[in-house]
Amino acid sequence: MSPRALLELEALSTHYVSARGTRVVRAVEDVSLRVEAGETLGIVGESGSGKTTLALTILRLLPPAARITSGRLMFEGEDLLKKSEAEMRRVRGKRIAMILQDPMASLNPLFTIGDQVAEPIRVHEGASRGAAWKRAGELLKAVRIPSPQTRLHQYPHEMSGGMRQRIVGAIAISCEPRLLIADEPTTSLDLTIQAQYLNLLRELQRAHGLALIFITHNLGIVAKMCDQLAVMYAGRVVEAGPVRQVFRAPVHPYTRALLNSIPRMSDKSQRLTAIEGQPPDLAALPPGCAFGPRCPSVFDRCRKTEPPAFVHEGGLARCWLASAGDTISGVA
Amino acid sequence: MTRFIARRIGYSLVSLFLLSLTIFLFVRVTGDPAVLLVEPGASQADLDAIREQFGLDQPIWVQYVSFIASLAHGDFGQSFYYRTPVFELYLTRLPNSLMLALAAMAFSLLIGIPSGILAAVRVGGFWDKAGKIFALLGLSVPSFWIGLVLILFFSVYLQWLPSSGSGTPLHLLMPAFALGWYFAAAHMRLTRSSMLEVLGSEYIKLARLKGLPEALVIGKHAFKNALIPVLTLAGINLVIMINVAVVVETVFAWPGIGRLLYEGITFRDFPVVQGVVIMGGTMIVVVNLVIDVLYAVIDPRIRLEA
Amino acid sequence: MTMRSEAVSSEVITAQAIREPSRFEFMRLADFPLVPVLILVGFAVIAIFASVLAPHDPEVGKLVARFRPPAWQHGGSMEYLLGTDHLGRDVLSRLMFGARISLVVGFTAVIVAGAIGTVLGIVSGYLGGWVDQVIMRITDTWLALPALTFAIFLAAIVGPSEMNIVIILGAVYWTRYARVIRGEVLSLKEREFVRLAIVAGLSKSKIMTRHILPNVINSAIVLGTLMLGVVIVTEAALSFLGIGVPPPKPAWGLMLSDGKRGLMVGYWWLTVLPGSCIVLMVLSANLLGDWLRVKLDPQLRQL
Repeated sequence: MSPRALLELEALSTHYVSARGTRVVRAVEDVSLRVEAGETLGIVGESGSGKTTLALTILRLLPPAARITSGRLMFEGEDLLKKSEAEMRRVRGKRIAMILQDPMASLNPLFTIGDQVAEPIRVHEGASRGAAWKRAGELLKAVRIPSPQTRLHQYPHEMSGGMRQRIVGAIAISCEPRLLIADEPTTSLDLTIQAQYLNLLRELQRAHGLALIFITHNLGIVAKMCDQLAVMYAGRVVEAGPVRQVFRAPVHPYTRALLNSIPRMSDKSQRLTAIEGQPPDLAALPPGCAFGPRCPSVFDRCRKTEPPAFVHEGGLARCWLASAGDTISGVA
Repeated sequence: MTRFIARRIGYSLVSLFLLSLTIFLFVRVTGDPAVLLVEPGASQADLDAIREQFGLDQPIWVQYVSFIASLAHGDFGQSFYYRTPVFELYLTRLPNSLMLALAAMAFSLLIGIPSGILAAVRVGGFWDKAGKIFALLGLSVPSFWIGLVLILFFSVYLQWLPSSGSGTPLHLLMPAFALGWYFAAAHMRLTRSSMLEVLGSEYIKLARLKGLPEALVIGKHAFKNALIPVLTLAGINLVIMINVAVVVETVFAWPGIGRLLYEGITFRDFPVVQGVVIMGGTMIVVVNLVIDVLYAVIDPRIRLEA
Repeated sequence: MTMRSEAVSSEVITAQAIREPSRFEFMRLADFPLVPVLILVGFAVIAIFASVLAPHDPEVGKLVARFRPPAWQHGGSMEYLLGTDHLGRDVLSRLMFGARISLVVGFTAVIVAGAIGTVLGIVSGYLGGWVDQVIMRITDTWLALPALTFAIFLAAIVGPSEMNIVIILGAVYWTRYARVIRGEVLSLKEREFVRLAIVAGLSKSKIMTRHILPNVINSAIVLGTLMLGVVIVTEAALSFLGIGVPPPKPAWGLMLSDGKRGLMVGYWWLTVLPGSCIVLMVLSANLLGDWLRVKLDPQLRQL
């Protein structure tokens, strides 16, 4: 039996229910994932694939229309779904932290940087204002912000986008969490800054022994940053495994299509390979496999029954094409 | 930024111009201005004398220029009833209206802001529904009726509060409530929607992600941001309060400019009426200007843009 | 080996993010406001048939019967169900005829203001340029002046009469329409069918009347119902101050002003009753307007 993973999701499902209970959007459906300590997991998918909902589910910060309808959420051996709201608050920011996409919007415009960085330290560790501000200064230095002491007293709008994202990063690691979830943290940054930021994240990870869940739609970043990869489609994990393996030999047609759609210089053909069709309506999914309507390798069975997740060599694929291996469970 | 201020001032000047023009034209065009500008019960000779004095035979634009000129000098004419310059009369009564408006504003904010926050934080809950009813009542129940009912209850039946006049804080209670009533509902509505907007923002999400207790999220992060538009509105509403207090001041015989306006109407004292209206309009335009400029100066984000 | 262990109860609702309005909220909004409409219809019926329904002449009273309390109080009688005022006039009859005044003045003023405001809004929004600038500046300036103050000013000049009040209210409130309609026209201008009409060579006035106007009528109507309440209150205020509908007509605001005399001695029916009528009518109009706004034009929710 492998050592207990840091984070383990088992058949987790989150549904949004409309006000009258008539429409059910299956935003996250039957997701099982593992993240080991110090590991980086990349979660990839189109918008609407459920990546963000999954992240919010882990932190249990969903809007009231959402219900976690099934599954287990194990973090450091505890089931987070069984915790009360007060207990979850002690988890958030302290043991699991999250970075959002838009750094400008993430920071409160009316409070100083110092105030906002020191805040979680004061709340979670009960530090005094002086001690917390001192820590904040050190944190700013750790995320490579020049002249941190002056910055502490400045306001968010006085910083550049890249700096703001680092500050958000500083806030995230301020209480030494074990797991950091980054939801598209580089999407709103300039290209030139992206690389710097990614390097920073990797450094922080090594220095603090952080596990990182990196949510993105950019496969290039996944290739550089991640150890493991999970591909999501229509709320389900359709393929998962070590990054090298998935990139080299993708099983699920969707993963294959994603990898093919990255234009390569060596590619002789003139056309860009796009994936046909539109993402499905999560409230009215077709029977069988959710990717069926757009799948180039679809066959009869796909349209009738939804494939379970088939395990193979440390990875899994939710596709009938992979049915040569063992199934993970009777979950469908 | 100076360019912004200059543009804004220019804007206000145009408004003032249009305002004075409107008032001027209405007087000249709808009815015989001489009748208005003269005391009630005047003879034909008096009318002719007035025509002469105000140059009512002269071309319109000449009249307008002299009108503006006298306004600029603070000459709003003389009250028939009080036999004092209107401007002086206005200034003596203004502090009373200001005091009433401040009390009413305090009341409206004390009721409006907390109830708005409660309604937003518990959307759809009891407080929100109660708030909606309150908002509706604020809009539908006229301030003067509230005043009359208050008098009935507290002065006539319970005999706790004086029904008219001014002088003690007790005199202030009922008029302030009656005047503030409508604005309390308005401030509640704005606080609620502002709070809802703030609660949906990213930094609130992050505050929760930090694991901050809910009280801190709402009391510190949301509160300050939500309050900004409300306080801005309150500033403008203060001046509006001063001007629409006519009926409340009449009901409670409160010696402010609202009452002055009422007297002007009742005694057919037109210079007073005209003076109060001009001053009222000017006050509002000026206050709007000041608030806009203050905003630009204080809020560093606007300063950087402008 | 199934991993799906004890399913977590579906009530795992997490942090206090924004709560959705409860089901009932949603249904109530979408429901027809029956009671307000009934009240308004009731008032309308009373107003129309006042001459038949009212037990007494609203403008003439017997001094001998002054300050009689309502029938259920000591000293009251069935003859004067709701009591009499300082001139011995029957309150019930006056209230009935007062309904007529409020509704007639209110509706007419709303229509006048609406007509002016809509036309100017369309012209200003569609033609743009200096026409737009001029109209908008006037609108902004008039909007800055509180309606009541402006109305008082105008009433002081032209003198009180029912007709004058309607004109004054129209002159004061058209600006609210102009703003909103102009906004709508600005977005309508970008729409396909307007572009097509221009390309087809239709004249500006034809486009404005044939294409733009029908599309903004909806908003004008919604705004009208919302304004009705405001107009009625303003008229009541003006009458209360003595520059609205002139005596001896039984405008409710005027009744309130008269009623003030008896207030200090406890003749409550002279103020509470007319005031309640005002509140009832305005409340109903506002509820109806609110419902119409949500139903007819979600864009106007900004109002």
